[in-house]
Amino acid sequence: MVGERGWRRAATAGLFLAPSLAPLALFTLGPMAASFGLSFLRWDLIRPPRPVGLANYSGVLADPDFHAAVLHTAFFIAGYLPLVFVGGLVIALGLNQRLRGLAIFRSIYFLPVVTSWVVVALVWKWLLNPDQGIVNYLLGLVGIQGPGWWTDPAWAMPSIVLASAWKDLGFVMVILLAGLQAIPEDYYEAAAVDGAGRWARFRSITLPLLSPASFFVLVISLINSFQVFDQIWVMTSGGPAGASSVVVEQIVKHAFSYGRMGYAAAMSWVLFAAILGVTLVQFRLQRRWVTYE
Amino acid sequence: MSSVEQARPVVHSTGAARSRRRPVGRLAARGGLYALLILGGLVMLFPFAWMVSTSFKPDRELFVTPPQLIPAPLTPENYARVAEMFPLARFVLNSLIVAAVSTSAQILTSAMAAYGFARLRFRGRDALFLVYLATLMVPLQVTIVPLFVEMRVLGLVNTYPALILPTIASAFGTFMLRQAILSLPRELDEAAFIDGASHWTVFWRIVLPLSRPALAAFGIFAFMASWNSFLWPLVVVSSQDLMTLPVGLSNLHGRYETAWNLVMAGATISVIPIMAVYAVAQKHVIRGVALSGLKG
Repeated sequence: MVGERGWRRAATAGLFLAPSLAPLALFTLGPMAASFGLSFLRWDLIRPPRPVGLANYSGVLADPDFHAAVLHTAFFIAGYLPLVFVGGLVIALGLNQRLRGLAIFRSIYFLPVVTSWVVVALVWKWLLNPDQGIVNYLLGLVGIQGPGWWTDPAWAMPSIVLASAWKDLGFVMVILLAGLQAIPEDYYEAAAVDGAGRWARFRSITLPLLSPASFFVLVISLINSFQVFDQIWVMTSGGPAGASSVVVEQIVKHAFSYGRMGYAAAMSWVLFAAILGVTLVQFRLQRRWVTYE
Repeated sequence: MSSVEQARPVVHSTGAARSRRRPVGRLAARGGLYALLILGGLVMLFPFAWMVSTSFKPDRELFVTPPQLIPAPLTPENYARVAEMFPLARFVLNSLIVAAVSTSAQILTSAMAAYGFARLRFRGRDALFLVYLATLMVPLQVTIVPLFVEMRVLGLVNTYPALILPTIASAFGTFMLRQAILSLPRELDEAAFIDGASHWTVFWRIVLPLSRPALAAFGIFAFMASWNSFLWPLVVVSSQDLMTLPVGLSNLHGRYETAWNLVMAGATISVIPIMAVYAVAQKHVIRGVALSGLKG
């Protein structure tokens, strides 16, 4: 059936695809399958692995530390999402005018996005230093006694939310600005002729036509919120007293500090399932509020 | 070439609607807008300024009240100290080696696969492309444990290959470049085939040169991702000689927890290369993000 031409075609295709297919198979697809298998084993990398059935999964779901991590993630989302979205929208609306210096503003707001998380986390840890940090000094000038930020269990997550929102604001702004710029000018003009005020135009033109971009921002931001790690590792290592512990940080600790490979793998699959679930729900719900032209 | 370039969003403004309003109100609104944007810009820039400022402060100036933005005396001594105590130059070199090899490998492997998916016909092509797309959804956290075990079995923990190998192929790059190649006209390929050219010649001589803008955009993303990557290098490398900048910096902070002037000197050094890339390529970066929604 295949014939000589078919073989030559297959050989050519193989030549072009092998350089990327081989690494993907070895370093992504293979480990993915292995991770699934590993999640049913108990293995500390020293003694031979032992099958434990679903024990790792039931262990993760009953683990109070894991419950705490889920709560911290929910807290993160509740603080971070409104901050980046409203902040990003305000700046995008501001920049979507015929403004002098638009490109400069856009570049400045985008600067933290290209900076590595380790640098951003270190800089914010220093800014939010409870005793010598500039933020508490400035708060002191207006008569506010600044909190202990990342040294205080109650303020550790808010510190991380603040740094994260600062870093990602420019990303959200760029996506929303691109969405705003794609809204045809005539819509606004027609509405203005019909006597619609600014707020009416914003509510009935800008917001609905911006909904695809908003949807995109929401999906990406939620996925990233579930995977928060770098900033926590550098700013608090999950502390103080576990107050900012999150799932990825627990995966890393279980695997590489406590030698619980199977448990860590199971936790990573629970996380993946949660991300997938939330993303699917969002795609389901989008019909209710996202308008495509 | 312009047909190859991805469409850029056209700047619309609400200028026409605004011009109907009274000039005084317009001026005030414009002033308020600028004030808001400048205030926001300061919030974005200040942490960087404070980082650089702290890096030039002598120890005793660090905790002085009121804090000074421009330190007096100003000393470059922290940079020398940090370089003496910590192999910062080595970290920079490691990051450069890893980012350079990983970026060039990713561009080549992704472009080849993209050509395969866009221009070749073979059985199972679409199914295989779906597999590529599926790997995009799998977060590193899911594969990190077996990947580490794999590196241990191969005896590669604490080596450059361990840092580089898992990053030499990119499903995202394949996807992005496939879209770019699909938008190229086929006539040039066909003319070359009539002249007896092979697929490799067409790929190398025609498709690659025409895809340059997409290759550049992807290359910048790949470089930034590698330069800033933290979790995998943190896990797979423990010897100081192999640490990349982010891991080295986080270690520096762990060792000298309160020496903020030293830590900020290290941080300043580590942002210079990425800022240089950004300064040169920022239009590509921002347009690329706006179009693909990829995070830098």
